[in-house]
Amino acid sequence: MLGFPILSLITFLPIIGMIIILAMPKQKTTEMKYISLIATGLQVVLAVILLGNYDYSAGGIFEEGSFQFIEKFRWIEITGLSWIGTVKIDYFMGIDGLSTPMVLLTALISFIATISSWNIKHSIKGYFALFLLLDTGMMGVFVSLDMFLFYVFWELMLLPMYFLIGIWGGPRKEYAAIKFFIYTLFGSIFILIVMIGLYFSATELLPGGEKVFTFNMLALMDQANYSQDGILSPFNPNNLRLIAYIALFVGFAIKIPMFPFHTWLPDAHVEAPTPISVILAGVLLKMGTYGILRISYPMFPDITRDLMWYIALFGMINIIYGALVALAQKDFKKLIAYSSISHMGYVLLGMASLSSVGITGAVFQMFNHGTITAMLFLIVGVVYDRAHTRGINDFGGLANQMPVYTGFVTVAFFAALGLPSLSGFISEALVFVGAFGESSIRILAIISTLGILLGAAYMLWTFQRIFFGKLNEKWNQLTDLNAREYVMFIPLTIIIIFLGIYPSAMLDIMNTSMNTLIEFMMNGATNFTLSGL
Amino acid sequence: MLGIVVTDNILMMYIFWELVGLSSYLLIGFWYEKDSAADAGKKAFLVNRVGDLGMFIGILILFTHYKTFTFSTIFEQISLGNLPFDSTGALTAAGILIFMGAVGKSAQFPLHVWLPDAMEGPTPVSALIHAATMVAAGVYLIVKIFVMLTADAMLVIAIVGGVTAFVAATIALTQNDIKKVLAYSTVSQLGYMVLAVGVGAYAFAFFHLVTHASFKACLFLGSGSVIHSMGNEQDIRYMGGLRKKMPITYYTFLISTLAISGVPLFSGFLSKDGILAGTFAFGELTGHWLLPFLGFFVAALTAFYMFRLVIITFHGEPRDKEKYDHAHESKWLMTVPLVVLSVLSIFIFYTPNPLAADAGWFLNDWVRTPQTVVPAEASFDFMQSGMNAEEANLAHDSGIVHSTQYTEAMHHAHYPAMILSLVLAGLGILFAFLFYQWKKVNVEKLAESIRPLYKFSLNKWYVDEFYHATFIGGTLEGSKALAWFDYYIIDGIVNASASVTKVISNLSGWFDHYVVDGFVNFTAFFSGFVGLSFRRLQTGKVQTYLVFVVFAVLVLLLIFRPF
Repeated sequence: MLGFPILSLITFLPIIGMIIILAMPKQKTTEMKYISLIATGLQVVLAVILLGNYDYSAGGIFEEGSFQFIEKFRWIEITGLSWIGTVKIDYFMGIDGLSTPMVLLTALISFIATISSWNIKHSIKGYFALFLLLDTGMMGVFVSLDMFLFYVFWELMLLPMYFLIGIWGGPRKEYAAIKFFIYTLFGSIFILIVMIGLYFSATELLPGGEKVFTFNMLALMDQANYSQDGILSPFNPNNLRLIAYIALFVGFAIKIPMFPFHTWLPDAHVEAPTPISVILAGVLLKMGTYGILRISYPMFPDITRDLMWYIALFGMINIIYGALVALAQKDFKKLIAYSSISHMGYVLLGMASLSSVGITGAVFQMFNHGTITAMLFLIVGVVYDRAHTRGINDFGGLANQMPVYTGFVTVAFFAALGLPSLSGFISEALVFVGAFGESSIRILAIISTLGILLGAAYMLWTFQRIFFGKLNEKWNQLTDLNAREYVMFIPLTIIIIFLGIYPSAMLDIMNTSMNTLIEFMMNGATNFTLSGL
Repeated sequence: MLGIVVTDNILMMYIFWELVGLSSYLLIGFWYEKDSAADAGKKAFLVNRVGDLGMFIGILILFTHYKTFTFSTIFEQISLGNLPFDSTGALTAAGILIFMGAVGKSAQFPLHVWLPDAMEGPTPVSALIHAATMVAAGVYLIVKIFVMLTADAMLVIAIVGGVTAFVAATIALTQNDIKKVLAYSTVSQLGYMVLAVGVGAYAFAFFHLVTHASFKACLFLGSGSVIHSMGNEQDIRYMGGLRKKMPITYYTFLISTLAISGVPLFSGFLSKDGILAGTFAFGELTGHWLLPFLGFFVAALTAFYMFRLVIITFHGEPRDKEKYDHAHESKWLMTVPLVVLSVLSIFIFYTPNPLAADAGWFLNDWVRTPQTVVPAEASFDFMQSGMNAEEANLAHDSGIVHSTQYTEAMHHAHYPAMILSLVLAGLGILFAFLFYQWKKVNVEKLAESIRPLYKFSLNKWYVDEFYHATFIGGTLEGSKALAWFDYYIIDGIVNASASVTKVISNLSGWFDHYVVDGFVNFTAFFSGFVGLSFRRLQTGKVQTYLVFVVFAVLVLLLIFRPF
């Protein structure tokens, strides 16, 4: 282990940057940009250090001992008259094979989004301050192991997002911002209710022999900690675990976003400035599926098993529905937004398989979707910056005008449509292998393969409409990529190709944890059933 | 391409398979400024993906059961009687689904539509794709999985191959674009190869693949030479008489045509004859006589349309004087490959006996039909060697494999098949000369008299139109409908719930303002009012207070009446 609290550092580094920026005079815009760049750049460095010291054999998931880089100390303490009135909340962070890919992704995408923010025009001070706050919120969600802390970060990220869309967005920014905010808050309420329900259903035995209610995620996963009569306790014959599970799932599903809770996404994407779209698609959407895997799955293994068919069904709907709606779009950015919905469907499908292969595929897909879709939104941003339109049919023949750009687009598009040797293919294939292997959802997996075909259809059609054919004379002033844009595209391209050829680099990080999770789910599910459910 | 051939892992094969799809997409769409080229590239990729989906599901069936992607392990397991999901049905399904990949790549009906359009690419790309790489990949795939094909799967493959050969040949009859004729002839010949695998003539499928590669490449390059010299004219109706202008192109083209038509002394005869004999044997052993019938009929059609092409292009009088005068023989850079390829179409390279292919090194030394691993009850009787495992092993080592029954039937069918195919090819050539060289039959009149059929063939059986009207149109309309649904219904519900919340909050606001706050205000107002009213009483005049007191006492006395 390292000698310093790396997780706190990686989480709060942006906040330090934010404070510096807030203290600076308004005119020093270039310095502000560089401070953001340094803060997010250091985050990437820390992520690399993290990876260098990562123990590939530690499982995590439910066992505190096998989490890594743990930081744990008392955060809130109210001593009551008896243990029932005592509140003890820990500041508890740690990572395992489930959260590490997400931490890496967040660091990477934040860094690239900072570069992409370079040409933000007005209120630079406010923009970068909020941007860094957002970064902290996202990172915090992925490293928290205490549900209270998790929720704090979860909400923390809402506020900057609201302002970033609402102030720096497009023509309908107010509508999109408020829709995003209310929708997500609506989901958060469900999470909050379930969180409190869980709090009052389970207790944690402290080292001193003292028993207190707990928000500790790991304690909430252990059924031995549940009381006989808690409303979410498996031992209570009249428990509300099914309802709580659905409520929690809806809370997370809004973020994914899962059909039919997805309509905030196209609006938010279309109105948000490019870097915010990149963050939204690259990191924010993963929080939903991460939450399900981190909280819903191990805390409710019994119900997860009962409902897996429905999760797979919604995954299938997401895949097919998202792809079909994407096919009908005329706005480039909206098309990518819907393709995002389709791709997140693969994550749901893989998760629903409840097999190591499928869940590994799902988490890998989360990472790959993060890099590929971030690149796609950057691509939209590049052409929008130059042409000030996103209508797919307005373009044509750009391949000759912007050859380098076309090259990067080719990589991103073919990665998105799942071409072998690029990263998207590996994760999709793993998802299908996992889902197909589970006999109850096999038919859903087979139908979902249509998504591969539709994905190729809308991607190639878009590609043709924008880059092939005769060049519209209107666009003969468009310039090819500049140096800053190269810096954004090259790392993502390298990662997409590298993970397509050598996926084990990422799969090895996840492997032990995924097996632990499945093992825990299966044993947990049996144990839970024994308790008379 | 190399990857597909060297791997023993079906997933790796799928990966390379898709990469070939990518290359073809980029090569066909090479002239991407032309809309038709971009369309053709996209079409090739998407149509291939349809087939690949089937292949992927087939791979999943195998992997889910065997937990491995390695061909040899899977085959070994099957031969031990370990079937996917313990059913022969699943094995059949896996076979057919993987075959779907080949249907896409080798342009079999109903996924053949991409190949003729792929002519939009540069001619060397056409020659490469059609003669050698892509289309061969499909046949290679079926050959690779041959040992795990059940009887039902083989029958399906044979029928798909036969139908493809027939459909493509009928289309080739009426096309006027020189490259389109060759494209459909490729599809038709690929149908032959697939048919051959389906009927169990494994070695001949492979053989035909090789022979076809050389003469079809020659034909494509020859057509390229013609098109080049005619100033990029592809329509054969503007050609004619080119024999004199470009002799080398003409003779090489003629040799390849003779080969593809199945005339003895040329390679095509050897391989096609073997396939036809195979279908004959298959018909005899299983009673499926439609397949040999299709095979022989297509042989006649092939001879006819190929000679039609040669006669219209190279014989007769020039139809377009200006272009004809411009025409010239191509430079040696173009003619040398033509000569080499046409020489390769002569029998001697494959066998010393011009009438029997199995006398040659190709079939004897290189290609051996492997022993099927499918359990006896699920495969054709003739596929079983009738040997036990040990004998089969021995036989395999000594090179005598495959079912004796089938080999016998093929030998039996060899001469009748040969004679019949010779007669039919001869008839085809004769009719071509009658129609186009000697003009004994008025072709226009004939076409007019069977106008619906002619139109049907000219428009390629309306397959493209059918796909546009159904799958493509349906998907696009469906996606528009869903986008509408998404925007107006789902998002409508979201916005409506927001509006409802707003209305409720307005109502609450109204209620709050007028009722709750109204009550508060009313209370205040009422107190004020009461206060105001009573203030009048507080006049400060003692006399008035006295009057009130007296009045009050009187009222009290009146009420309580103490007296």
